[in-house]
Amino acid sequence: MGMTLTEKILAVHAGTDQVKPGDLINARVDIALGNDITAPIAIEEFKKSGALTVFDKDRVILVPDHFVPNKDIKSAMQAKILRDFAKEQGLTYFFDAGEMGVEHALLPEKGLVLPGDLVIGADSHTCTYGGLGAFATGVGSTDLAAAMVTGEVWLKVPESIKIVFSGTLRPWVEGKDLILYTIGKIGVDGALYMAMEFTGPIIETLPMAGRLTIANMAIEAGAKNGIISPDTITRDYVEQRAVRDYTFFSSDPDAGYAQVLEFNVNDIEPQVAFPHLPENTRGISEVGQIIIDQVVIGSCTNGRIEDLRTAAKIIKGHAVAKGTRLIVIPATPYVYRTALKEGLFDIFLDAGAVISPPTCGPCLGGHMGVLAKGEKAVATTNRNFVGRMGHPESEVYLASPAVAAASAVLGLIGGPDQL
Amino acid sequence: MKTSGKVWKFGDDIDTDLIIPARYLNTSDPEELAKHCMEDADPKFADKVSESDIIVAENNFGCGSSREHAPIAIKAAGISCVIAKSFARIFYRNAFNMGLPILECNETDQLNTGDSLSVDFDTGMITHQQTGNTYKTKPIPVFMQELIQSGGLMNHIRKKIQNNQA
Ligand code: SF4
Repeated sequence: MGMTLTEKILAVHAGTDQVKPGDLINARVDIALGNDITAPIAIEEFKKSGALTVFDKDRVILVPDHFVPNKDIKSAMQAKILRDFAKEQGLTYFFDAGEMGVEHALLPEKGLVLPGDLVIGADSHTCTYGGLGAFATGVGSTDLAAAMVTGEVWLKVPESIKIVFSGTLRPWVEGKDLILYTIGKIGVDGALYMAMEFTGPIIETLPMAGRLTIANMAIEAGAKNGIISPDTITRDYVEQRAVRDYTFFSSDPDAGYAQVLEFNVNDIEPQVAFPHLPENTRGISEVGQIIIDQVVIGSCTNGRIEDLRTAAKIIKGHAVAKGTRLIVIPATPYVYRTALKEGLFDIFLDAGAVISPPTCGPCLGGHMGVLAKGEKAVATTNRNFVGRMGHPESEVYLASPAVAAASAVLGLIGGPDQL
Repeated sequence: MKTSGKVWKFGDDIDTDLIIPARYLNTSDPEELAKHCMEDADPKFADKVSESDIIVAENNFGCGSSREHAPIAIKAAGISCVIAKSFARIFYRNAFNMGLPILECNETDQLNTGDSLSVDFDTGMITHQQTGNTYKTKPIPVFMQELIQSGGLMNHIRKKIQNNQA
């Protein structure tokens, strides 16, 4: 039987011709990634292992994006562990404040993760790179430590679910809505331990930003990885930036799938995920009247330049509603500079928004916009768990940049058509 | 290997933000993390729990982030094992890599807070000490048993390094 592209990438990295779901393999990793929350534990484990140097200083990447610029003394101490280790090991890719961006936006942008790669990251949204046609999955700090030593990871080959999108997209419907809709259909454990392979005519024409957004949230359905077959859109994106060679894999016509889901996007309107799970989705027309205190546009899900452009287009000429705070967080220095050059910051500032430096910030309730008890926020992020953005009695509604921008102007959850 | 303890029961989709909220992730000190274990699901949990107690949950325990702080907090709080119908993937591997025993059991809806259980990890059998009922768990794959036997992933690798240097 043929193999899926996930299986092909795993087979190549395990040094074998064929793998099948359920096989336990030891695979070579192309990139091992850590951040300021997960890497300190990994570094401690690395040191205890007796290893002296990382397996490859070009392939261990550290990005202190969660709490840097250091938000308090404890997080300063954690970030320092990364700084010292990066220096001591001579890591090629350590991104400190100034160069630092949200890791999963930064690595594709810098051409550090590429089609056909096997990437592990001690961060659950490492699955983002599946948008480029890589096998990428989140692991824990101990796995990262092991990979830093050996350049390998143990993995169970996942079964694959194929998700096919066809039809015609409605206005303002984008990658975020497609993935929220999918999670709404299958639930937060709908793809537990599995690979989600996204395909169909809609995916084939979807820009890279939307593909990365979709793969980013595969973990929100419990998946091991999300993946999209690389094509000319992928080539256009990686060609200019790739720091290494890369390989395009695609699924065989007779590859085996545990399940095939087909969605007609004609039926999909902009989506909002209600508290406190990403599966609690509703179409924008069914949201009702929900007054909001804060809007966050940013994160590894939707903090790219395309997202800021969409938001600016909607906000232009409007003001943020009284009683609502809009926080815009460009995900990387490149996004920041581009938005500045294109005049997007003027639009946001004129409307009364706050512009934050690149950081995860409020996405995980860290800093730069933490919610108080009882407050409600619309966010372009990926999780709306209890207490995710601050107080355990605050609420997060997940949506696209278009819906978030419109909501900021309206002061309640709504779509661009309501402006 | 065996354990026994009192059950603390939770529902579906207990995510890593409930297990250890991100606001406490500016440290990885187990004692600190233990103080806030399960705080947003049950604010008094850390005070009530005693050594060798057992967390029992329904589906998809540990969903959300990759933070190893979650199994660390649970382990440091004194929990001897977690039993759920299913676990989120990263939590599952983290638990094995760190030596927190976890078991998948389809019948956790029959268990409640306050029940006393004894668990035999070799046979995968759970016994309810009050009723005498027994419950089966999914066998742990051989490869992961080996991981546990070497005392977690890093010990496994340490041994490899030592062998190479010898
Ligand atoms: S932006 Fe949010 S989801 Fe993405 S890496 Fe940062 S904390 Fe995690």
